[in-house]
Amino acid sequence: MTMNANDLLLDIRELTIHYVTDNGTVHAVEGLNLELGRGETLGLVGETGAGKTTTALGITRLLPVPPGVVRGGQILFDGEDVLLKDEEEMRSIRGGKIAMIFQDPMTSLNPVMTVDKQVAEMIKLHRKVSESEALEQAAEMLDLVGIRRERLRDYPHQFSGGMKQRVVIAIALACDPKLLIADEPTTALDVTIQAQVLELMKNLKRQFGTSMILITHDLGIVAETCDKVGIMYAGRLVEYGDTKSLYDNPNHPYTVGLFKSVPDLEEDCDELSVIPGLMPDPMDLPSGCAFHPRCSHAEEACSRERPVMIEIEPGHFIACPVRARALGKA
Amino acid sequence: MNENVEMVATTGGRKTRSQLGEVLFRLRKSPLAMFGLAVVLILIFCALFADVIAPHSYSKQNLSHMFEAPSRQYLLGTDEFGRDILSRLIYGARVSLQVGFIAVGIALFVGGLLGAVSGYYGGWIDNGIMRVMDVLLSIPQTLLAIAIVAALGPGLMNLMIAVGISAVPNYARIVRSSVLSIRGMEFIEAARAVGSPDIRIILKHILPNSMAPIIVQSTLGVASAILNAAGLSFIGLGIQPPYPEWGAMLSGGRQYIRDYPHLTLYPGLAIMITILALNFLGDGLRDALDPKLKR
Repeated sequence: MTMNANDLLLDIRELTIHYVTDNGTVHAVEGLNLELGRGETLGLVGETGAGKTTTALGITRLLPVPPGVVRGGQILFDGEDVLLKDEEEMRSIRGGKIAMIFQDPMTSLNPVMTVDKQVAEMIKLHRKVSESEALEQAAEMLDLVGIRRERLRDYPHQFSGGMKQRVVIAIALACDPKLLIADEPTTALDVTIQAQVLELMKNLKRQFGTSMILITHDLGIVAETCDKVGIMYAGRLVEYGDTKSLYDNPNHPYTVGLFKSVPDLEEDCDELSVIPGLMPDPMDLPSGCAFHPRCSHAEEACSRERPVMIEIEPGHFIACPVRARALGKA
Repeated sequence: MNENVEMVATTGGRKTRSQLGEVLFRLRKSPLAMFGLAVVLILIFCALFADVIAPHSYSKQNLSHMFEAPSRQYLLGTDEFGRDILSRLIYGARVSLQVGFIAVGIALFVGGLLGAVSGYYGGWIDNGIMRVMDVLLSIPQTLLAIAIVAALGPGLMNLMIAVGISAVPNYARIVRSSVLSIRGMEFIEAARAVGSPDIRIILKHILPNSMAPIIVQSTLGVASAILNAAGLSFIGLGIQPPYPEWGAMLSGGRQYIRDYPHLTLYPGLAIMITILALNFLGDGLRDALDPKLKR
């Protein structure tokens, strides 16, 4: 996985994050490698517990410590390792350069502050402006996401879920961040509103030239919004590539299983195919490839060696030597 | 407006009541709370305008009118030095309210700070602070106040400090528990994700969201502070004569209780009604601030 270093906004190398608890160590992220170019949108897909959110929290250094521990690796953002920054520098990066959108807009706004003040707070923290200027910029930002002026002084409980998520988006984009991390931004919204919010995010992303990491478990959303897709399983990236080539030609057995478990409107079928077995216990990951106990292609070597990423098409990588060999690439 | 606007909410024109208006509206439904509020307002009025409404001086002795029963000249009678009891009660309201509010202010400031720090940071900081609070809690509040005021010496300021400090652990505990419940919420994480410093998160995001229990405890706390102060004055550790303090008046009239009960009756009633009113108000506020709590 190599790209011209100057085009890279984010370059995660061998990131390992554990949660150390009394009952054992949770291997949330294991040797993760990930790249994101400027202006690109990356979809991070995986089941609950695959390490998607932990990765996001690692990038912003918002991991709950303890129990979270970064065991190793580098997170190069704009060429600088965020893991080496002190808390003061991190505060100016958070919100100013890397902004986050959380899953549930119902709870991610302060219930006792009017929405314009919440947007203004972000602006005041990162720009040297007066209170009234900040409020004015907040009003413009809220206008941009489709919240009318007469509603600026309203409290979060007076808005619907979709409107609240618009406010959250306005807060995230208020300081023109380089990277936007959206952690399941539409999971809490109903389907029609989901489409609106995604459309809004897509437009604003283009307008501001922001890169985005979209964390989700909805393959449909990724297809609509992302340039690149990374599929995560048990803390590792198992497949990575352009959205088009990955969707046309999914190759890792786990990815194939995921696509098979999505119902197809065209086909008539009584039962969806499933991936046998369960996600492994993150405290006790299988040796070698973490997916091998559930994998129909598994060989004896799979339980011994940890697979590396193999390029099967230009820009399309899988972490499965067996499939790569079948394609004549290894 | 631009292309991103696909749907705008239609609730813009609706008149909405402010949060304060909402609470007052609910408070009005409780007659006991309204009684409490009325008494507290009357007391505040008395304290502010004591110089104007008191019919006599609180300290001027008139030895030809000692121990007089209530009459038209002295509405509640006179005490052992011929001073007008009504005037002394009115001036006494000044001291009582001052002690009540300032002592609670001290307790709330110190306790709130300790509780917020302890709840927000957790770990050994939390453990250290709360264990000290536990030690203070294990000493009866009145005894602790007596010890502090005995060390500092009598006087209005020292009385307020003693009563305030002895109530600190209660506030520390309440603030800590509300901070704990708010700290885990997503908007606090969101605030950290936009780069807010800790102090700002505590002051702007956590505390405003944990006001309800603090307001209720403070209202009830004013009542117990007044009672504590009266107790300390009764045993001579509080306000010094001739300034009228309700507890001190009780104590002064104690030896004449058989022959002239009005010397102790009226200050006693004043204390009782004040405490009762503050408790009614506190209960009413608790219900008004938490509409989910139905009984």
